[in-house]
Amino acid sequence: MHDPLLQILARIRSDADYRNSSNFVEDGLLDSFDMVMLTSELEKTYSITIDGLDFVPENFATLDDIRKLLAKNGASL
Amino acid sequence: MPARELRFVDDMAAFGFSPERSRRLQEVMGYDKHRIVEPGVCVSDLAIEGLQLLFHQQLLQPDEFDAMLVLTQSPDHFIPPTSNIIQGQLNLKSDMLCLDLNQGCAAWLVGLIQACLLLEQPAINKVVLITGDVISRKVSPRDRNSFPLIGDAIGIALVEKSPDASPIHANLRMDGSRASALMIPAGGFRMPSTPETAIEHDAGDSNLRSLDQLQMDGTAVFNFVQREVPPMIEDLLRFANTPEHAIDYYLFHQPNRFMLEKLAAKMKVNPARMPANVVENFGNSSGASIPVNITMNLAQQLLTQPLHVCFAGFGSGLTWSSMLLSLGPLRFCSMQTV
Repeated sequence: MHDPLLQILARIRSDADYRNSSNFVEDGLLDSFDMVMLTSELEKTYSITIDGLDFVPENFATLDDIRKLLAKNGASL
Repeated sequence: MPARELRFVDDMAAFGFSPERSRRLQEVMGYDKHRIVEPGVCVSDLAIEGLQLLFHQQLLQPDEFDAMLVLTQSPDHFIPPTSNIIQGQLNLKSDMLCLDLNQGCAAWLVGLIQACLLLEQPAINKVVLITGDVISRKVSPRDRNSFPLIGDAIGIALVEKSPDASPIHANLRMDGSRASALMIPAGGFRMPSTPETAIEHDAGDSNLRSLDQLQMDGTAVFNFVQREVPPMIEDLLRFANTPEHAIDYYLFHQPNRFMLEKLAAKMKVNPARMPANVVENFGNSSGASIPVNITMNLAQQLLTQPLHVCFAGFGSGLTWSSMLLSLGPLRFCSMQTV
């Protein structure tokens, strides 16, 4: 697991199989509290502040969605 | 404020969380302690104790006020109004208005606006405003989305006419099309409580709750607050022709620490001017959270000097409202455990 995002996600839910999910939220791997914890982890890791309006399930559905969220909020990936 | 205090570390056992996951959740959301009423305790019980204390300390006279507003979502009964029950138990005068309104986390704002409207009447000079809930009685202890944050409390305020009061500005908005975001589906006339509605189900997120208990779409509520509250405050400041730096404190309803920190960031307000410490000490006290915020953080200052504050409440309905005013010096401002 070399992808840093996958490592962060594993810290949120170590039992979740993110690689075999097409939508982390719809597949039940991330609930709203997981999204809160993930947001906090992403902000700390990338030294950014994620806009509250971006706290929507669509932005946490896949690795690509999370990367877009990070980029939109100024993270250097 | 009820005396019974629960701690998140003890609540955790019901949620099946790993200690690490719980610790992280506690850190981000502000979970720590919350106050819950003993079984059977109602809003009127807390209100009567609070009012008796004010009478006993001669901070308020029983025949001094002309109206009593009770804003709650956890009334003692469907019939009669909780305000009438309080009036009867305290032997208050009959020449007064007792009025219940169904409001949750925006109750303090809606109540203050209603109090101001009542005070426009020549016959009404003082209004007692009572806001808050004992909503823990309608929250599943196995619902980690709601239970660890829920706090029971009520606030009691005396609102009165003053010949030299400065203007108070407020706005109020509602959107019933999003009503289902915060709801107790069963127990009213639309869906009466039955043995079936009392059965707890997994809502798909490992939280167990029944139709008789509080259901909250946390993400929808979060987005509602982030989308609606900052422009509402901007509109209010513009309407009141008040610069942002003139506000001493933003005293907002406190659902959880994460939501408040996001609001402060979006509004570019220094978090020190937007206290967010109510939830970790008392839980989300619904319509009482702003009075709790005032008494917890500013009591000593407000007894001796006015502060320019901005209130904002937001919650079920959906309802959101804000108010800008010079608050204080107050006749009384304290928190009492009953």
